[in-house]
Amino acid sequence: MKIRTPRSTVRGLAVTASAVALLALAACSGSSDNGAASSSAGSVSGSGGSGAGATITYWASNQGSSLDNDKKVLQPEIDKFTQQTGIKVNLEVVPWSDLTNNTLSAAVSGQGPDVLNIGNTNAATFQSTGAFYPFDDAALQQFGGKQHWVDSAFATAGVAGQPVTSLPLYSQVYALYYNKKMFAAAGLQPPKTWAELVSAAQKLTDASKGVYGVAIPGGTVNVSMHYSFIFGSQNGGAPFDAKGQPTFTSDGMVEGVQQYVDLMGKDKVVNPSLAQDSDNSQAPAAFAQGKAAMYMTQTSGINVLRQNGMDPDAYGIVPIPAPADGTKISSFVAGTNISVFKNTKNLDASLQFVKFMTSDAEQAILNKSYTTIPPVAGLKASFDAAPEQLSVWSDILNNYSKPLPLVSSVQAFQANVGGAVVRLIAQAATGNQVDSDTVKSALSDAQQKMPTS
Amino acid sequence: MTVTLPDQPAKTPAGQLDDAGKPPWRDRINWARLTPYLLIVPAVLMELLVHVIPMVVGIFISFIKLTQVYITNWSSAPWAGLDNYGVALRFGNSQGKALLQSFGLSLAFAVLCVGISFLFGMATSLVLQRKFRGRGLLRTLFLIPYALPAYAGIITWKFMFQRDNGLINELLTNDLHLTGDRPFWLIGGNAFVAVLVVSIWQQWPFAFLMTMAGMQSIPDDLYEAAAIDGASVWQQIRYITLGIMTPINSVLLLLLFLWTFREFNTPFVLFGAVPPKSADLLTVHIYNSSFITWNFGFGSAMSVLLMLFLIVVSALWALWNRRVNRRYA
Repeated sequence: MKIRTPRSTVRGLAVTASAVALLALAACSGSSDNGAASSSAGSVSGSGGSGAGATITYWASNQGSSLDNDKKVLQPEIDKFTQQTGIKVNLEVVPWSDLTNNTLSAAVSGQGPDVLNIGNTNAATFQSTGAFYPFDDAALQQFGGKQHWVDSAFATAGVAGQPVTSLPLYSQVYALYYNKKMFAAAGLQPPKTWAELVSAAQKLTDASKGVYGVAIPGGTVNVSMHYSFIFGSQNGGAPFDAKGQPTFTSDGMVEGVQQYVDLMGKDKVVNPSLAQDSDNSQAPAAFAQGKAAMYMTQTSGINVLRQNGMDPDAYGIVPIPAPADGTKISSFVAGTNISVFKNTKNLDASLQFVKFMTSDAEQAILNKSYTTIPPVAGLKASFDAAPEQLSVWSDILNNYSKPLPLVSSVQAFQANVGGAVVRLIAQAATGNQVDSDTVKSALSDAQQKMPTS
Repeated sequence: MTVTLPDQPAKTPAGQLDDAGKPPWRDRINWARLTPYLLIVPAVLMELLVHVIPMVVGIFISFIKLTQVYITNWSSAPWAGLDNYGVALRFGNSQGKALLQSFGLSLAFAVLCVGISFLFGMATSLVLQRKFRGRGLLRTLFLIPYALPAYAGIITWKFMFQRDNGLINELLTNDLHLTGDRPFWLIGGNAFVAVLVVSIWQQWPFAFLMTMAGMQSIPDDLYEAAAIDGASVWQQIRYITLGIMTPINSVLLLLLFLWTFREFNTPFVLFGAVPPKSADLLTVHIYNSSFITWNFGFGSAMSVLLMLFLIVVSALWALWNRRVNRRYA
């Protein structure tokens, strides 16, 4: 059968199709005309200032026990802010696993939120992108100046000597959580040195019953980097030298990573299955269920353990012990900062929101809900915990913490060293020997992957 | 059904004026010649937008040192020349060595996955050519993995491969007692087997679909004639089924190879951004070097090398296919 198509129909079809395609292409290439904000341009208006009536988008990080928990914590505070200023806030809680990539995409495309949270580990890396609003001294005056924050927290806001591009929101530190009941039953005291920790862990391990001394999130990249930094520091190592060049293969770093991997390999006090825990969910569950006697995590672990059915009175907290002849480092000053995208169209409203979130009143409410330590000066941790636990957290923050190096390649350090440590743990879990040569070789490979400046 | 394009319009001699004394512009446009081009304009523009422009941008990025420092202003990134390629191809250093290992692994993975998927698809199609009760049900059942959303299928496999409470270890260790200790599937050497199994599970229904369609086009007369001439079942498969289906199979094998070699979803969902060394397939390796460590120039250089390899494979296939087509023309 032959169909004769009228000439005008074919012609019309062709012209229409071409026009539609061209229009679609034009629409795709259209870019938003974002007025880039500069430091001097922004200032926080008073209540009902020029930001009133604006709507901003806020990417919150996952601080609570779940994304829903975050919404429950944040939404009432955001409603309060809207009531005070007339500025609406679209809240989106982004899991940590997506936050870095989403932020990167937003920085590349210029299409992102107005305000967002970042892990303070990445503050220097994000600062180097130039995509974030710089809070210079004049801009900081709107929030009460640098002195509004405690020094150790503000030091995580960006590279010294440059305007910071993030402001501390929640502070955290690492500690060793131990199961009081299991320790009491075995007649053990909380460990004060690494050797004591290993010894206690060996006594508490009974693999036939599925009970182990320590729980670690062996497949989680960022936590593996955190541990490598803490244990490396305990052994006198540092991941970067004074010029910001990587020194992953220094003796201290190798010994620190070896100390950590030995828990799984030589000491055999960790359930090998935890080598698969790639999102730090199985380790807290194992600790909460009494399948592990010790667990090293940050302050917000309190929330996560409660979600897993373990109340704070079931565990004790001590600084992560160091080798007897090592440096007593238990943590770095971890936490979450808040940033404003440089190309926001709602700079005034965004700055008002940042001022609200970092105000004393909101800091007290939010840090209590998230079981984190307020980074603003004059406020103390007030979350639901025994008084002696609160004093241990303060002790770790003040006496056992060392800042992470603020170099722009810290994100690459996290990916490469964290990834290398994850693979070493997997090697140990699958029965392969991991000696110091293996560790050094893995860290050497990680170092070679670091970008050259 | 045949669609006939409109007849050639009568041409107006050049310079001839219409009644109003003006050139008839409509007649000056040769619509018959223009229409096919206008019809393919959307496809060409979309191809440019979706494939060609990103590819050209990717090639450009491979020649610059694009890191997070320049991410908001690419044009200010320093020119790297062939440095990124040099790092990728210097097989003595750790990055070049890792790329070579990843390439070898991807090649082995693709060959095994394509080979086994093709064999499964072919064998199942042959069996299902014969009419029997429940044939339609089996055909539908076998196509389910292909119809399922990739993520849902892979995440289910991830649960099944868990060491402590996964279905695979439950079957192997507790039910069949084949292993004493529960093996790992998502870390260590077995990870390669895990990613291979999941990929074959996803790919073979397509091989089945294509070969089944191909076999249905073979007339029964040929088999009957061959049987009368004394051909065995194997000879019928070898000389009739496989012979007639060679052009279809050649396209199928190329498609499966290209898809498998650049497979990203399966290893990424199974293992996350840090796959075990035994399952460090090229696409995830490149993603790791680009997006995780924010070294986009180096990642792009590796992507261009991957593209060049696949172009070479496609070109070799085209040469081989031309010979096949000549033989079966």
